[in-house]
Amino acid sequence: MRRIHKRPRASVVAVSVVTAALAVAVSGCGGGGGGGGGTSATTSTTIGKGEGSLNVIEWPLYTDKSFAKAFEQKTGCTIHRKDAGTSNQMFALMHGNGGGGGGQYDLVSASGDASLRLINAGDVQPVDINQIPSWKDFLPQFKSPSHNTVDGKHYGVSVQWGPNTLIYNTQNVNPAPAGWDEIYGSKYKGKLTVPNNPIQIADAALYLMQTKPSLGIKDPYELTKDQLTAASQLLMSQKPLLKRYWNYAADEITSFKNGDVWMGAGWPYQTLALQADKQPIKEIVPLPTTGWADTWMLAAKAPHPNCALKWMQYVTTPKVEAQQALVFGETPVNPLACPYMDKLQKGSCAAYHLNQPASYYSKIKFWKTPVPQCGWNNSSDCMDYNAWVQAWTKITG
Amino acid sequence: MVVDAGALEAGLPGRRARLRLSGLLWQRPWLKALGLLTLPLAAFAIVYLGALAVLFISSFWTVSSFTATVEHTWTLANYRQIFDTSQPYLQIAGRTLGIAAAVTVTDAILAFPLAYFMARLAGKRMRAVLFVMVLLPLWSSYLVRIYAWQTILAHGGAINWGLDKLGLPDQNLAYTNTAMWIVFSYVWLPFMVLPVYAALERIPDSYLEASADLGASGWKTLRSVILPLALPGLVAGSIFTFALTLGDYITPLLVGGTSSQLIGIVVYNFMQEANAPFAAAYATIPMAIVGVYLLLARRLGAFEAL
Repeated sequence: MRRIHKRPRASVVAVSVVTAALAVAVSGCGGGGGGGGGTSATTSTTIGKGEGSLNVIEWPLYTDKSFAKAFEQKTGCTIHRKDAGTSNQMFALMHGNGGGGGGQYDLVSASGDASLRLINAGDVQPVDINQIPSWKDFLPQFKSPSHNTVDGKHYGVSVQWGPNTLIYNTQNVNPAPAGWDEIYGSKYKGKLTVPNNPIQIADAALYLMQTKPSLGIKDPYELTKDQLTAASQLLMSQKPLLKRYWNYAADEITSFKNGDVWMGAGWPYQTLALQADKQPIKEIVPLPTTGWADTWMLAAKAPHPNCALKWMQYVTTPKVEAQQALVFGETPVNPLACPYMDKLQKGSCAAYHLNQPASYYSKIKFWKTPVPQCGWNNSSDCMDYNAWVQAWTKITG
Repeated sequence: MVVDAGALEAGLPGRRARLRLSGLLWQRPWLKALGLLTLPLAAFAIVYLGALAVLFISSFWTVSSFTATVEHTWTLANYRQIFDTSQPYLQIAGRTLGIAAAVTVTDAILAFPLAYFMARLAGKRMRAVLFVMVLLPLWSSYLVRIYAWQTILAHGGAINWGLDKLGLPDQNLAYTNTAMWIVFSYVWLPFMVLPVYAALERIPDSYLEASADLGASGWKTLRSVILPLALPGLVAGSIFTFALTLGDYITPLLVGGTSSQLIGIVVYNFMQEANAPFAAAYATIPMAIVGVYLLLARRLGAFEAL
């Protein structure tokens, strides 16, 4: 349930292509391209003619004009945007009007906490992944992640991701924090913030995986009843330490800026916006951590499927991946974007962790909708998303 | 009616029809009422009452947690959950009620002297100025005003800046229930001032003179004459402040703290989770409360003061 409310500062939005003269170190950026079942019988150009229109439900800026304009000119598909502020809003938009996008929407840029819900509700349809040539270059984690691929069927194509980070004010938090235990301890009582989001339970579960192995948590998104209770209790004990639960990214930014909050869980987006505003803000990515990954999913009743597939092709190409990453403040799924990122903004490939070894990515547990099926013990004992919502309401009530 | 029917028929058929219609309406007043009210009443019945009925009916359904589709089987499960004391919903309803009551009392205390001054003491020009000042906030976006309060109440905001200058300690007002109370009281104040003003303005001067002639002190006049006559206005205003607070979700979302869930937020969240049945069930709680409140208000004569 990512909640975004505001465009980032202009300075975050890297636009300078003028720095192209810079030498580009491609080495060290191309890792991960070899893995996975990349099919060689591809580059199929079987996508038919564009229908002239493309209606998307998106996170703000996910079809930003800075890179979407070229697509519109090339394909003749004019993009019509419906911005969403939360994952739930995306789900409600897709699921309303008879579901499947209501015959109105073609694409939705769903995050991992919504994507399985959309698949289970039959609101999205599988795509032939061979029609997305860049897919074979993706980081292996994002080729067939369980949040968008079910029974070998790809319900869309991964697009960008980011870790959940620990943001702090360098003037007030001294020494710098080392890990997630800072937001469960009383050292900065009353100056902490975490997202107002049921998926936050996974953060607590992940923390308990490290600190209380006796609970036997194997996957922070697949919790039994007892494990969910334990995570809820941890969050209950965290509640008196918090200043607030933030709802929209802009709210967290404001709280840091006003000095109401010194440390909290967030995304690189907030950090970049605050730094662009000359605030004394830094972030760390304590590993392991949770993270989000977004998927462009094809609506079950998409009226313009050809334009939708063309967009999936276009938006996953290295150069566009790099442009979008810097516009929004996130990381591409296609590591070939690395040199383009550095070309647009020096050092940004490393700053967004796109040059990390595979072991790094395996320490980020990406959001996925909790379902009753437990992968780790082959049972149906796990608590579903409704139970998580109930638990979260209880914690924050 | 002495009309030359033949001439009319020949020359002015339109006029004749109009005359017949107006004659018909004059003879049967209920037809006139029907003609005037059909459209607005139909809109009211379908759009407003219809929506409420659908809301109420859907509160007895459930949502499949797997496919998020509504299952049309009748059940009291939603209500059972709301009234389950191990769940937070009763507590949240109680908190909402408490805040709404606090806001209403605060606004009544603030609005009465202001409305009294405007209605009975201020000159014509002064009154106009005060009216504009009361109404001015309503002409700007509600959201903008709440965001403004966010910065006023913030740690480094205007209130703490002022306290610093006075040598007083900082207050942690931002993101608390106190903040919610302050902001609610501010945003709904005009809705209290206006009906109280209307009630006070209607009190004839002769009543006050009579009270004085009979030897009552100013205090006694206020208590025995003005306040009883202003009461319908206060109750009318309280309907607004109370009902608006009961249903609001933006203020608690933006200035509330970690224990600031109100009914509105829970309803909003469940709608967003595509669990409309539970949201509907929970939304009937404030509607029931407001219903009872309106009945009480009617007894106190609030509707004559509107």
